[in-house]
Parts: sequence; C-alpha cells; structure tokens
Amino acid sequence: MTGRDDWWYDEAAGPLVRPYAMVRGRTRPNAPDLHLVTQVRASSFASDQTSLTVEHREIMALCARPLSVAEVAAYLDVPLVVVKVLLSDLIERGDVLVQTSTPKIPDRDLLQAVLDGVRGI
Amino acid sequence: MVFVGSDGQLTVPTAVKIVIAGGFGTGKTTMVASVSEIPPLRTEELLTEAGVHVDDLAGIEGKDTTTVALDFGRITINTKVVLYLFGTPGQNRFWFMWDELATGAIGAVVLVDTRRLDSSFPSIDFFEHRGIPFIVAVNCFDGSQMYTVDEVRHALDLDEQIPVMLCDARDRASSKAVLVGLIQHSMNRLAAV
Repeated sequence: MTGRDDWWYDEAAGPLVRPYAMVRGRTRPNAPDLHLVTQVRASSFASDQTSLTVEHREIMALCARPLSVAEVAAYLDVPLVVVKVLLSDLIERGDVLVQTSTPKIPDRDLLQAVLDGVRGI
Repeated sequence: MVFVGSDGQLTVPTAVKIVIAGGFGTGKTTMVASVSEIPPLRTEELLTEAGVHVDDLAGIEGKDTTTVALDFGRITINTKVVLYLFGTPGQNRFWFMWDELATGAIGAVVLVDTRRLDSSFPSIDFFEHRGIPFIVAVNCFDGSQMYTVDEVRHALDLDEQIPVMLCDARDRASSKAVLVGLIQHSMNRLAAV
C-alpha cells in the first residue's frame, strides 16, 4: 500500500493492522448482500483447502453449522468488513453457501413462528 | 430458503432480528443477555471516511477511523428460524449503523430509563420516521422512581397505538414478555395494513 491508501496506518490504527493484513488491505467484499444476519454455511463439497489461509479455514470450521455473518465476525474476533471479505473469497470458491435474499420484513406466518418460539424459551 | 451452490439440499435457517435500542446505559446489553441462548457476542464495524457521510464524522476529530461495537444475542426459534437481538450502538454519531440494523427487522424495543427520559428521544424519532414497529419498555432499575405507564406515555408524547411496558431487563421472564409484546405489536401492525 502506498500514498493515500496508507492513511489509516497511524497510532490509532493499532490492532487493525493484523485484520487488514489478513485480507491484504481489501475493504470491499466481492460478494454483495452480506448483511449482519445473512446465514452462511460451509459446503459439504468444499474444495481442497491447502491453499486457504488460517483465517479462511477457521471460517470453514465455524460454518460447519449455519451462522450469521455477525457471529462469524464475533467468533473470529475481526471487524465485520474483514469477515465479509474473507467470506467473499470462500463464496467465490464455492466453499461457503450463502443466503441470497436481502433482509425483508417477516410475514405473518414467520412472525407467528417467532412468537411461539420466544414464548417457549 | 434458496441458496446458491451445487448442494442445494443443505438447509439454512431463515434469520430474523429485533433491535434493542435506547440511550446509553439503559440496559440494552443486559436485556440481550437475559434472553439470549449464548452469552452476548460483540462484533465491530469500522467507520471510515468512505463509509459514511462527512457530517456524521463530527466529534471524531483527528481520527480517520473508529470502530462501532455491536452487542448481539441469539434465540434459536426452531430448526428453520433463528432470531437475533441487536443492541444499538450507544453513541448517536453511529446512526448509519442503525439503518442496517433496522432493515428487515421485526421491530424495535426502545428501552427507557425514567431518570433520563430524554436519552430515548432520538431512538423513538428514528423508528417513528422510518415506520418501523416499536414498543417502549421502561427498565425499572433498583431504586429508580416508578412512574405509571400513562405518565411515561405522556412524557414521551407517544402515539396511543405504541405499547408501553414496564420491565426489569435483568429478568429473563420480564425481557421475554417485552419481546412477546413487540412481536404481537408487529403482527397487529401487519394486520392493519
């Protein structure tokens, strides 16, 4: 990174350096529509993982069960934007499956299911 | 739910969310913790010059980036549905995060501390202006003066249709009742359309 791209490398950046090194400075995920609650899951036909970074493999292990983007970020302890970039890599490879719909307001049946579920906790 | 990828048989739950809003220190994370099936998780979004309108950077002088912490919890409703509860960032300068939080949400709980009623005004304004269903839950802290629901409604100048509940955010049953109240309110709103 050179010139205007390295403006954030100041004292305040601190722990940001490592997460951004993970994604080689990328801050724009290729896969759009990764929202906080978007569900992601490792494909059961994942490709050879030897070329993946440690962080990518951690995500694959986490996503053995469906998780939200926010949960993956929290468990990996990296900022959301970083996890979105890492997830985009895996989605492009076909190793991670993703919910394609953007969040929309739940319909009556879904609300009823949520109501029943919350009453049951 | 439709998923891309070759193995379409894999099912992934539908995710829904509820926003827990309110001023700083009103007990948002406490409420999330009292009903979540996991200890509240924290994730951080990075605020950069590119990510937000310039006006929103007021108050972050001398710093090009800052992080916004989001606390959230999870309730697995059944094998097909999972509910996430997001506490809003306390500082008003993070309004841009609220839009993502509110998009597609079932609705919002605005937690109110009667000792600092004014701290809930921005939250109420936000959800009113965007037409997002919300209820007001008065968090009855130990030793804080008790007001009636009507007094709170009057003090907040709330519409009659907005439910107001008294609660103890530390108490699971109480927080659960607030969530039930919100979901019912959202269903009523849906039925009225």
